[in-house]
Amino acid sequence: MIPVLLGVCFIIFILFSVLSPDPTLIMLGKHASKTQMMELRAELGLDRPWFIQYFDIVRSTFTFEFGRSWSTKQEISEMIKNGAIPSLTVTLPAFILSSILSISISLVVSFYRGKMIDKATVFVCVALMSVSSLAYILYGQMFFAFQLGWFEISGYEEGFPNFVPYVLLPILIWVVLSIGPDVRFYRTIMLDEIYQDYVRTARAKGLSEKAIMFKHVLKNAMVSIITYVVIRIPFLILGSLLIESFFSIPGLGGIILNAINSSDFPVIRAMTVMSALAYILFSVLTDVLYTVVDPRVRLR
Amino acid sequence: MSDTQKSKSLWYHAWESLTSDKMAVVCLLIVVSYFVLAILSALGFVAADYAKEIGPSYAPPSSEYLFGLDIFGRSVLAKTIKGSEVAMSVGLVTGVISMIIGVFLGAVSGYFGGKVDEVIVWFYTTFNSIPYIMLLVAITFILGKGIIAIYLALGLTSWVGLCRLIRGEFIRHKDREYVQAASAIGGGDFRKIFKHILPNVLHIVIINFSLQFQVAIKSEVILSYLGLGVQGVPSWGTMINDAKLELARGNWWQLAAATVAMMIVVLAFNILGDALRDALDPKLKGK
Repeated sequence: MIPVLLGVCFIIFILFSVLSPDPTLIMLGKHASKTQMMELRAELGLDRPWFIQYFDIVRSTFTFEFGRSWSTKQEISEMIKNGAIPSLTVTLPAFILSSILSISISLVVSFYRGKMIDKATVFVCVALMSVSSLAYILYGQMFFAFQLGWFEISGYEEGFPNFVPYVLLPILIWVVLSIGPDVRFYRTIMLDEIYQDYVRTARAKGLSEKAIMFKHVLKNAMVSIITYVVIRIPFLILGSLLIESFFSIPGLGGIILNAINSSDFPVIRAMTVMSALAYILFSVLTDVLYTVVDPRVRLR
Repeated sequence: MSDTQKSKSLWYHAWESLTSDKMAVVCLLIVVSYFVLAILSALGFVAADYAKEIGPSYAPPSSEYLFGLDIFGRSVLAKTIKGSEVAMSVGLVTGVISMIIGVFLGAVSGYFGGKVDEVIVWFYTTFNSIPYIMLLVAITFILGKGIIAIYLALGLTSWVGLCRLIRGEFIRHKDREYVQAASAIGGGDFRKIFKHILPNVLHIVIINFSLQFQVAIKSEVILSYLGLGVQGVPSWGTMINDAKLELARGNWWQLAAATVAMMIVVLAFNILGDALRDALDPKLKGK
């Protein structure tokens, strides 16, 4: 875990501090004088030796002190704290809803495997996946929010009941976006289990198909399902870049997008470090969960 | 033994199984026609005058202007065709880049094992922990905006999945009898990797390539939409971006053209990818 984290810091360092164009040029424009640039470089700490700059990135990974944004001058850890809640109000319900829906659908279609309903569902999933996410967002916002007026077009309010009307449509779009790949994935997992010997044994001893699906197949498929679910949790905190920007939700996705547009390196760096850290932590968590769900798996 | 029959190869069987699937054949034809269209457009035979004003601003679709016109009175049809050139080239180049990196690192890591394996596994785990959108952004920052940046950014961020698969297959294959036989007659590592083991795992590469292709097309659209993509030439992403503001005024055709054009080719690639998997990997048949 630690070597991977150091590696992540190194890649971030190489990308943003070595290979990237001089940030002072972006911030001051083309007509900046030499002394202006030197002053700014000193102010941003870009004139220090490379290993100190690298060490800074490593240290911030463990202390969560990322400094201030270049464009808004806010404390970055503060920005992350403020942005996480709005992101989660969209992604968490959407994620739970889409996971339950897709697992149920995949149970049904793997029960009717090879039949018309199975083939039709797979086709619909592939078709859903083939449309650009931009199109869902644009058309959804246009028809459901603008023309029919069912939802708020965009914006956000803090506090529990206030944000609900703003997040409904984003949640709906998220569910539509994720249901295609999810159903396909869960279905493959279920089918992997259905052709196992223990299922044939269960059938041979006269268990009903229902008991087999829920007691045997679902339980064994749980191992893969949990991996798939847990490893995506860190990305929920990040939110969805596109959805947040279209619906003006002040979450982390929006922060990233703004940082990209204004070349705000410290923010991009902090977000990259944070999401990498979350990803690594959750991979470890998945490994631990593995042994809980399936005692046959042992951690080395 | 005069009536010895040459046994049919895996590829022949796969081709037979693929062409017996009507859906797969249709999808193959769709993909081929997109390629032909993209090549014709690149050579300037079709849609060369996409930037020319041919009628009033925002003329709706009619028999004269098949897909309607955009704000500058340019043909949306021509822009869509020009966009297919960008999309197909992005899919192809990205797929090739990620294939080369993934196969090479996966093969070396799986075949040699030990320290080499550890370093490569560390490298791709590290790479994989960084969200790909951040890597994309960083790479486009470094290289500047444009199609080359898109090729490299998407290619360099998409090889990890294939690398893992290939590594796993090489670990399974490297101690098999045919590889031992190859060493016995004096085959070197290079020969064993590329001449003996690689053909046995090639089906994974092909399936992965077809899936990578459509993922790249989808990503290009999003990157171009974010303003990090191609500049100057119409792409489906920039068309969708332009159409964002037009939609509220009821001008839906530019968005529709770009969306449908992309959906058809991505759908075709998805179905083709599944059919290829069924044809080349008989263990997974019917799943």
